[in-house]
Parts: sequence; C-alpha cells; structure tokens
Amino acid sequence: MSERTMRINLGPHHPSTHGVLRVVLELDGETVVDAHPDIGFLHRGIEKLAEHRTYHQFIVLSDRLDYLAAMSNNLAYVTTIEKLMEIDIPRRARYIRVILAELQRIASHLFWLGTHAHDLGAMTPLFYMLREREAIMDIFESLTGSRLTPSFMRIGGLAADIDGDFMSAVKAFTDTFTDRVGDYETLLTANPIWKSRTKGVGVLAAAECINLGVTGPMLRSAGNDWDIRKSHPYSSYEEFHFEIPTGKAGDVYDRYLVRIGEMRESAKIIRQAVDGLPAGPWLAKDARTVFPEKKELNTNIAALISHFGLVMEGFKVPPGEVYHSIESPRGELGFYVVSDGGARPLRLRVRPPSFVNLQGLVRMIRGKLLSDAVAVIGAIDIVLAEVDR
Amino acid sequence: MNFDLIKDKFDVGIIGVTTAHDEITVTVAREILIPLLRFLKEEEEFACDFLTDLCGVDYLPQSPRFQVVYHLYSLKHKHRLRVKVAIEERDPVVDSCLSLWAGADWLERECFDLFGIIFNGHPNLQRILLPTDFAGHPLRKDFPLEGIKEQ
Repeated sequence: MSERTMRINLGPHHPSTHGVLRVVLELDGETVVDAHPDIGFLHRGIEKLAEHRTYHQFIVLSDRLDYLAAMSNNLAYVTTIEKLMEIDIPRRARYIRVILAELQRIASHLFWLGTHAHDLGAMTPLFYMLREREAIMDIFESLTGSRLTPSFMRIGGLAADIDGDFMSAVKAFTDTFTDRVGDYETLLTANPIWKSRTKGVGVLAAAECINLGVTGPMLRSAGNDWDIRKSHPYSSYEEFHFEIPTGKAGDVYDRYLVRIGEMRESAKIIRQAVDGLPAGPWLAKDARTVFPEKKELNTNIAALISHFGLVMEGFKVPPGEVYHSIESPRGELGFYVVSDGGARPLRLRVRPPSFVNLQGLVRMIRGKLLSDAVAVIGAIDIVLAEVDR
Repeated sequence: MNFDLIKDKFDVGIIGVTTAHDEITVTVAREILIPLLRFLKEEEEFACDFLTDLCGVDYLPQSPRFQVVYHLYSLKHKHRLRVKVAIEERDPVVDSCLSLWAGADWLERECFDLFGIIFNGHPNLQRILLPTDFAGHPLRKDFPLEGIKEQ
C-alpha cells in the first residue's frame, strides 16, 4: 500500500453488497486500484450437512442455498437424484415444475432489478417490482404454504397437485406481466442517468467469461447465447418456444437488458405451460422414493411399512455418481452427487453460479471508480447464501 | 468423442474411461493431470473450454483416500466430461490448473479449505470460506458434524 492509496471496507454490512459480502478496496482518490473480496460469512456447511441427511431431507436445505430462487434449487436437486435413480417423471409434473421455476426466475429478476436500481439511486422502480414479486410470492404461499422456502418438489414429482385457484392466479399474473415489463422499461431503459451509470461499466467479454466459468445472464450479455434450457433441455423445456435474449457489450446495461428480456420470455413459457398443461399423474410410480397415498395408510399394511421406511431410514440409492445442472436465474446451478449405495449421499457438491460469477468482480472493477463497483456488484446478481453455502 | 486420441497421446497414466448415466468419466494418474486437461481443452475433438466445477471427494476408509473431480464442458460440441484423479492421504497434492482456467482460483481454494488438498502452483492458496485460524478441514469424513470443541 503506497502513501497515495487508502484501504477501505465495502461491507460486510453495506446495503449495496446484497448480503454479507466484504470487499477490501484499495483506493486512489475515487479510483479502485485493487479489490479483495472476502466471503464465507454465511457458510453453514450445507455440503457437510447433506452427508448426514437422507435424500428427502436435503430438499429443505436446498431451499436455503439461494433463497431468492428456492424453486430452482429444488428443481436442480431433485432432477439430479432422479437422473441417478433413473426415475421417469410424468409430463404433468414436469410442466408444473417449469411453471414454478419460471415464476421463480421472474421473482428473482424482479428483486434483482429493484434492488440494483435502488443501489444506483433510482428509488421508484423498487416499489413496482416488489408489487409484482409479491404477486408471485402470494401464488407460492397459497400453493406451498411458504414464500421463500417452498420445498415443494419431491424426488419423483411434487408435494401436491396444483388446483384451479393456482391456475387462475398464474394466468392473471401472466396476462398483465408483459405490459408491466414495458412499464419498467419506461423508467430505466432510456433514462440518461441510468445509462450513464451502467453503459460501458463492468465489461466482461465472452472469452473472459468462459475463462472464469461465468454463466447465466452475465455470459449472455457478452453475446454468447449459451443457455442450458436450450442446449441440454431438462424437465420438458424442449417442448416450449422461447428466445434467448443476448447482449453485445457485456456491460452492466446489457445485463439489465438481458434480464428484462428473460422476464418476458419466462412469461411466455409460463403461458404455454399453463395452456398446454397435460392431465394425469403428478407423481412417478416408483415405490422406492414416492410416498404412498395418505388414505392407503389406514387400510394397507404394505403402504404403512413403506411410508415408515421412507421417513425413518430414507431410501437407498444405487452406487454411482452423477452431475446435473439447470439454468437458474443466476447461471448454471449444478449438483454432483456420489452415492455409495446407502440412504445418505457420500458426497453432495453444489456448483454455485453466484460463487463462480463473483470471481469476475475484481477484473471488472480494477481501475474503475468506486461508484462503478457498486453497480458491478449489483449486476452480477449474487446471493451470498449460495456463495458461502 | 474419440478417446483413442487420449490413449495415443498418453500411453501411461490413463486409468480408465467409463460411461454411466450418459456421463463420461476419465480417471487419470496425478502425473499426467495437467497435460491431459490442457489436451482436452486445446484438442479440437474435445474442445473443453469451460471448467464447470472442481471439487474433492473423501472416500475414507478406502485407499487412495481422496479424489479431485473436474467437470469440463465444451461450448462448441456441447458435451460434458468428468476427469478424476485419486490422491493419497499422506501426500494430498495435485498441480493447479489455474494456468488453464482463471476460474479455478476460488474453486481450488475452496477445495483446499474444506478438504486440505494442496494445489501445487496456486499463488494464493488460502482458506476462502472458513476463518484463517480455523483448524481442520470440515468436509473430511473424520471431521465431526458436531462438537469440535470437545476434541
């Protein structure tokens, strides 16, 4: 540290770090000479806990990885175990999962945009975005009983079927939502203050994203259209028509445009899934993992024994290892699970998009202004619970 | 993917190529790990330009005890590849792949933090999630889930 520079802490308790992130900044005046992110404040040892929980019990822990996109975490986790056990999921359950995951993507992007715009001095957008996000939270609450931690997906299907109220609420939401996105754009897209704070700020070119492993909207804003929903469709995404919004510059402004575009596309996917929702079962017929129906328990001893076994001991997973990933709102969310044949995983590894994407921070803010650092941290869209696990 | 290319290039050191659940796993000896990763990244047939993930696994009480698992991805061919290397407890060292992917930085630090695996050549191999004065490596199987203080 030379005499000219000053070292200050941004965070861990600063609103613009979106959680308990500490960045040690070395400043020369207002210019960032160097930055050292310090993470781990929220480390709860979820991967260690997973080794001591049954496969079903981990579903509630997966909610707590990325609490702004809990449905996506549920989906990534259950599809990984289903791949390992080769369980075939009924089409209706897959469609419902898509609806929930896309609602969650919209909710996550809305919260991101509201808080990010707030960081950059735009107070108003937050209120509009939280209004729509609240509608999604209400839908989740009425379906699952919980707003942030739904734990709604099960290995083999869902916790319950959806009902008419859910369908009409989702329809009502998608009917108006595309117009609402237009409203947000009138607040920000052509706003000169917004543009001067975001254009050309925090540029990360596609080649650099690939070198760093950065995925999701950050990679797409740099012009690469890689999206797991298209390149490796899971949970019946191949049956829907949607575009992958991309940017060119790879700056904060393009990340904003990409996420705005993604919200529109998600609404399109939800609409298609609601209109084409197949009838039929919402749970796989697989006695290894799926709980018997509650009414069976009073009359059928085999069902009672099966239920008891699933609750008390969990189910055994054949030995093997599997990696599976989905496109979460933040990028590639993957699970790598190793089973030794027991009822608990030998190893459960989360491939967290926030953690990997945050690595790009130092490259994006070195040599830039302190106020740009705030814009860049916001535009990565990190959730510290996922960074630290 | 034509794995004869790998076998031609590395006549010793490739322990096995297996396929399960539509996923391909290449198990290699520690000596050829970095040359192999470089080959997979640069050879057109594989073109694995993306380091998706890097993590450790503890197979206690088996020997060798640890594995380091690399998940590679090719944006060009849209395929995944898993590379595994086994290492002994008494010598938990592998070479760093930071020269191939800048994204390996934090992933290797995390693996060091939680497993105590040392990545040779990493310029800043410090704890990343846990405090610097923390004793032990929690994802090891002999690290208790509860009650560190009683030890």
